[in-house]
Amino acid sequence: MLILFLLLFVGYVAGALLPLCFPAKPRTQSLLAHGCAGVASGAGIVLGLVGLFSPEPWTVSVQSTVPFLSLAVRLDTLSAFFAFTISLAGLAASIFAVDYVSELERKVSIGALGALFNGFLLSMTLVVLADDGFFFLIVWELMSVVSYLLVVTEHEKADVRYAGLFYFIMTHIGTAFVAVTFLFLYQTSGSFSFEAFRDPAHRLPEGIRTLAFLTALIGFGTKAGIVPLHVWLPYAHPAAPSHVSALMSGVMIKTAIYALVRMYFDFLDGQFPWWWGFVVLTVGAVSALLGVMYALMEHDLKSLLAYHSVENIGIILLGIGAAMIFQSYGLKELAALALLAGLYHTINHAMFKALLFLGAGSLLYATHTRNMEEYGGLLRRMPWTGAAFLVGAASIAALPPTNGFVSEWLVFQSLFLSFHVPDMFLKLMMPVAASILALTGMLALACFAKAFGISFLALPRSLHARRAEEVPFSMRMAMGLLAAICVGFGLGPVVVVPLLDRVVAPFIGVSIAENILAMDGWTLAPVSIEFSSLSTPAIALLLVAMGAVGMALATLIGGSVQARRYKTWGCGIALSPRMEYTATGFVQPIKRVFATIYRPTVKLETEFLEESRYFAKRRHFEFHVEPVFPKYLYDPVIVFFTTLADRVKVIQGGSLHLYLMYIFATLIVLLLFTV
Amino acid sequence: MILAFVLTVAQAMILLAISPLLVGLIRKVKARLQLRQGASVFQPYADLVKLFRKEPVISTTTSWIFTATPSIVFSSTLAAGLLVPVFISHVPLSFAGNIIAMVYLLALGTFFLMLAGLDAGSAFGGMGSSREAIVASLTEPAMMLSVFAIALTAGSTNLSTVVHQTALLQGIVTDPAPHLMAFAALFIVTLAEAGRVPVDNPATHLELTMIHEAMILEYSGRYLALIEWASALKLTVLLSLMANVFAPWGIATTPEPAALGIGLLVYLVKVAGLAVAIGVIECMFAKLRLFRVTDLLGVAFILALLGLVFFYILRS
Repeated sequence: MLILFLLLFVGYVAGALLPLCFPAKPRTQSLLAHGCAGVASGAGIVLGLVGLFSPEPWTVSVQSTVPFLSLAVRLDTLSAFFAFTISLAGLAASIFAVDYVSELERKVSIGALGALFNGFLLSMTLVVLADDGFFFLIVWELMSVVSYLLVVTEHEKADVRYAGLFYFIMTHIGTAFVAVTFLFLYQTSGSFSFEAFRDPAHRLPEGIRTLAFLTALIGFGTKAGIVPLHVWLPYAHPAAPSHVSALMSGVMIKTAIYALVRMYFDFLDGQFPWWWGFVVLTVGAVSALLGVMYALMEHDLKSLLAYHSVENIGIILLGIGAAMIFQSYGLKELAALALLAGLYHTINHAMFKALLFLGAGSLLYATHTRNMEEYGGLLRRMPWTGAAFLVGAASIAALPPTNGFVSEWLVFQSLFLSFHVPDMFLKLMMPVAASILALTGMLALACFAKAFGISFLALPRSLHARRAEEVPFSMRMAMGLLAAICVGFGLGPVVVVPLLDRVVAPFIGVSIAENILAMDGWTLAPVSIEFSSLSTPAIALLLVAMGAVGMALATLIGGSVQARRYKTWGCGIALSPRMEYTATGFVQPIKRVFATIYRPTVKLETEFLEESRYFAKRRHFEFHVEPVFPKYLYDPVIVFFTTLADRVKVIQGGSLHLYLMYIFATLIVLLLFTV
Repeated sequence: MILAFVLTVAQAMILLAISPLLVGLIRKVKARLQLRQGASVFQPYADLVKLFRKEPVISTTTSWIFTATPSIVFSSTLAAGLLVPVFISHVPLSFAGNIIAMVYLLALGTFFLMLAGLDAGSAFGGMGSSREAIVASLTEPAMMLSVFAIALTAGSTNLSTVVHQTALLQGIVTDPAPHLMAFAALFIVTLAEAGRVPVDNPATHLELTMIHEAMILEYSGRYLALIEWASALKLTVLLSLMANVFAPWGIATTPEPAALGIGLLVYLVKVAGLAVAIGVIECMFAKLRLFRVTDLLGVAFILALLGLVFFYILRS
């Protein structure tokens, strides 16, 4: 395992350094950087698999000369699972980037971009492998800084700089809370090593435990993008180059999920009151619903996908929250099921979100715009990209038999099993969470019908779209790989569930793979086959068979009739793209029904012809959704601090004498203290 | 194994065979209540045959999504139908998916219909898709909660188990109140999902009122036939769900010929009864304005939630 780990480490480091040795040769730089990243992430995939199967955690630790810091790495099944997820998405992003970065050649240095890309992947992998609080914070910070630098790749644009700054501030607020959490743990255990954190002898006092729960939720939640700490996400993720967005949205936010699971189920021993679970469940439900709702109103394809990350983090937290509730009542098997559902969704979301972001990157590459209203008709020009995007859309909309469906189904099952919980309040609240998940799922379906339908179907809406061409081979290959994984994880829960069970079992203390799999493993049957069952292979076969029945009936009854192709009836005038439904129009009913949440402002100005007020010369239409969280939550805080700063400013008079007096006064005060 | 196969094929054939009849029956009931003679109840069969034989016209702006959609909608709806008990309580395919899988199979068809609506590039299709999106999203939470209320009373989310246990009156049905509320919620959900009055009007071709019809406006020939058949199937599947989950009595609990025969007869009577009820409702109510549909579906949601609350209150 050491060899694999070294291969991974050396691979990423080489990928970061080698391209810098070939200045002014962007093609070589790209090949070197992404080739090394590909090899290293391949090693990461193998390392993850080996880690999943090894019975004992694997550790390596190097003592450093810096006090408190030991460079300790530990690979248990949870770390292995996340390392596997990160590496798999990293591999696809590396393949994609080989050709994709040529798009950015004229704007940025490919060498620097490749170096940062490798550094980003390395830091994420180290975050999930770190076994020491101090080391964890260092790589966590490294991950944040490198991703910040990647976000501001196109720093000549003002909005990118703003997005970067916003991200930088938010992520550091999060890091501050994480640091506080670790200090709580350090206080009791007297060491920063994770081993000491999880030692039951160093159990935190009750009050501090609750505080640690909250600081961890806020700190890691900022990175994960839970509502209301999600505001940076729709700015930062779209601003980065697409293969980086895929990693940020697909896996970087998952490191926070890793840290939360590690914190609650490992360091805090999985012993907590029920309301912790309820808080996580509520946060999950709210994030899921608001994430998808704001996504619906976005017409910038990458922002739309970024909001969907908020939604999916919410779904993952629904699973984890349910697991925490079950755990607090000692319902271990149900806790294991719910946690497994959450983790299953974690890897699924990593795969389909990476796929969708790579698809968005391909569209950007082909059309040079992110605005959905300027796409249209792309399925005929970019059939491969379109097919891969459709698979991703079906997965995120949880349509059978894709992977998103399987994990959402598992989350539904865990929420439905809430009748085992003895508390009346939770018995009612968990089904309500399930119905919120149902609403979320359907809105996601609507959103991706919009995203795919407006972008890929009907007539091209702009010159860009008319001139679009299919993307180069490496990009198609990366998307194809991810699409195959999405379908594979959907059809093969039989393979995935036992592996996830190995991740969950050490923390919960029970293994449920045997109970979940029925009929030689072809069927998922949480609790029992009498209660619920799902067999995606059977559903896929059934769909194919029934489709064949439909075709056979058509031929049998109708005989073979040739179809005629003719233009769409446009009520007497030739059909033009302007007659098509727009993305804005598509979501209008949703906007109106949920007006209390969106608080839309619509401005319509009409300029009439001079001759008659019945004919409009020009119309100007504007519509905005009110940014509730920035406006009511963040702006007051910002205003408070700027006013405070203004007030405090008076002490900075600019006079040297005054400053000398401050120093003198401080000295006196300090002396008084010591006496 | 052979028995399972035979039963599955029989169920598929029954669903395919009776679905046009139910549509015809609803139309007949409506016509008679409006003092019209109305077309024969078998008219939908003739329509289907005619459509299958006609030359389809496909728009030049469309992609493969447009031609693939009818097959996908047909197959997903029929697959969903095979998960619902029809004349025997233990469906052979029940291991393939529970009620949530059935709901999401129907959603698969909806998704592709929405795409197909956008594909032809005419504004009507987009309008239909957009409206379908909001109706489908609002229907889903009510559906899930009523499903949960049912699952609680039977202690299972597997349709076969639910129906089997209710039919044999095994340890359930303590009080009918939660059941009735869930039934009312599911009835409203069915009206919305199957695109019936007061949510959608299947007989309209006016752009202000169309939802489902707008999405499929560009279809013709065998493609239209498959879609029409699929929507009749969807109605049948949802009616079977209601009939057998809430009143499964009479359904065959063992695969014996006599029981199967009785089960089939009882089933036909039940779904015909529900179809007549839908016909009557369509005569009594006007179609709701799109933005009033929210209220109706909100009522369904509250009913289902109340069903749940009542279940827990009555149990404790």
